[in-house]
Amino acid sequence: MRDFWRRFRRNKGAVVGLVILLLVVLVAATAPWLFPGSPWEMAGAPFAPPGEMGMLLGTDSLGRDVAAGIAHGARISLLVGAVSTAAALLVGVTLGAFAGYLGGIADDAVMRFTEFFQTIPSFVLAILLVAIFTPTITSVVGAIAVVSWPPVARVVRAEFLSLRGREFVQAAEVLGKSRLAIVLTDILPNALSPIVVLSSLMVASAILLESALSFLGLGDPNLMTWGFLIGSGRSVIRLAWWMSVFPGVAIFLTVLALNLVGEGLSDALNPRLARQRGGAA
Amino acid sequence: MEASKLPGFLLRRGVKAVIVVLAIVVCNFLLVHAAPGDPASVIAGQSGAADAVFLEQLRRQFGLDQPLYVQLWIYLKSVLSLDLGFSHRQQAPVAQLVLERLPATLLLTGAAFAFALAAGVTLGALAAQRVGRWADSVITVIALTFYATPLFWVGLMLVLVFSVWLEWLPSFGMSSVGVEMHGLEVVWDVAQHLLLPALTLGLFYLAVYARLTRATMLEVADQDFVKTARAKGVPEGRILRAHVLRNALLPVITFAGIQAGQLLGGSILVETVFAWPGIGRLAFEALLARDYPVLLGVFFCTSVMVVLFNLLTDLLYAVIDPRVEVAG
Repeated sequence: MRDFWRRFRRNKGAVVGLVILLLVVLVAATAPWLFPGSPWEMAGAPFAPPGEMGMLLGTDSLGRDVAAGIAHGARISLLVGAVSTAAALLVGVTLGAFAGYLGGIADDAVMRFTEFFQTIPSFVLAILLVAIFTPTITSVVGAIAVVSWPPVARVVRAEFLSLRGREFVQAAEVLGKSRLAIVLTDILPNALSPIVVLSSLMVASAILLESALSFLGLGDPNLMTWGFLIGSGRSVIRLAWWMSVFPGVAIFLTVLALNLVGEGLSDALNPRLARQRGGAA
Repeated sequence: MEASKLPGFLLRRGVKAVIVVLAIVVCNFLLVHAAPGDPASVIAGQSGAADAVFLEQLRRQFGLDQPLYVQLWIYLKSVLSLDLGFSHRQQAPVAQLVLERLPATLLLTGAAFAFALAAGVTLGALAAQRVGRWADSVITVIALTFYATPLFWVGLMLVLVFSVWLEWLPSFGMSSVGVEMHGLEVVWDVAQHLLLPALTLGLFYLAVYARLTRATMLEVADQDFVKTARAKGVPEGRILRAHVLRNALLPVITFAGIQAGQLLGGSILVETVFAWPGIGRLAFEALLARDYPVLLGVFFCTSVMVVLFNLLTDLLYAVIDPRVEVAG
């Protein structure tokens, strides 16, 4: 563990990313105290520019505090990112493990299925899913999960394919361990590092996807989100640039932080690869 | 590739493409049936725009009183005869609506793709030549930045800077309204309108292609045939162009094929921001009106385009690179 932290720390970008990410989490966690009350309520005059009338980041067309919207939106973004990634991991790891461990026809079938999902335009599918199942936080999370599992399945399959022939797996088979036990206790723990790296990138892309959906008006209508803030600022961009600029900065920083942390995790979990790339690449 | 193997390869890829298209149709069908409520009312839209006659027509089109597999068969037949349903909101067949908007989207995605590929490969090649120097780091930072920025926000920021503050470029539409123009003036006008949306859509892929080109060029530059060329005394510039870049481009082309779907998905966002009259904008309008037949039509159409584009890259790849594995 200390080794892991030492290697992670060597990547400066990853440390910066981690700090930003922790700040975002902190803002999300303290939003109800930082900005008490609903972010939907009027807090001042409409279209107040940033810094005026006590509004740090200005107000929108209905006098709502943009900073409050961003703080409360952070909760939704992180929640959607985490939950949809967890769901996508569940599907992807199960299918990938199934394909990689069994091989043969099962492998073929799962891989064709995965390829199909990688071929179709995933964003269009996500829009369609949310629109048909009506926009709620559940349908948004579901739609994001449906379009983000294929890379997980591919990575897990490749890992399982290479691990299942190793001696320690053969030994477990000879000992009479059940297949399920082998998959869960012998192979999966050894395949964890690429899954961990991939999931930080998946949270990042889930946040981007959620913001795009709510920008198009497909967010949960009861929840304040970053994409919704930008979407509502779009038509009045000539009047109030701050309405679309600041939520976008919030998305950018969060996603950038997650990507940087992902690179750091990759360096820390695959020390050999990191050394080949000359440390912090 | 030997000429005799090419038809077989194309046939296999063609069959695969047909299967994917069929699967998409089935997927559309299942989506309509998985939705809460009667599929007919889902398709007709929930906000009461559909009259009883239309609902009846839909029920007949889907054969809702029949077993599910019969319904699927009816639906398949109608989609494969290019009947994508009827948009009651717009009083027009969906296929016609989509086809009308297709050229604008093809122009936008084509321009964005060409820009991303040209600029991305150039930047990537520059970065590979200057590994570890400042140009390399700048390109890495640019790539990281565009990976993390929402596409629609980039578009809005470009509008803010170039249309609102600097007033250099138009911020919406495909051509100026109410101005009479001829010949080259029209082309110039559309080009001005195209610049910002194409830039927005292209920037993300520029980052992707730049990173990919950099990585593959570094890989190729280490290989024996490059050392041989250098030992023979081939000029450095020629080694780069004829030996390294040429080989490094192949993975970039493959990847571009894989990403075609994302490019089309991204164009929905970009067309929404810039009011570009393509199928992305059509999808957004359909979304606001909950016009499901149009949404399903857009999904079908974009999927088919991706399949066709993949077929094209397969072909291109097989023709360019004689070593390509044709068995797959």
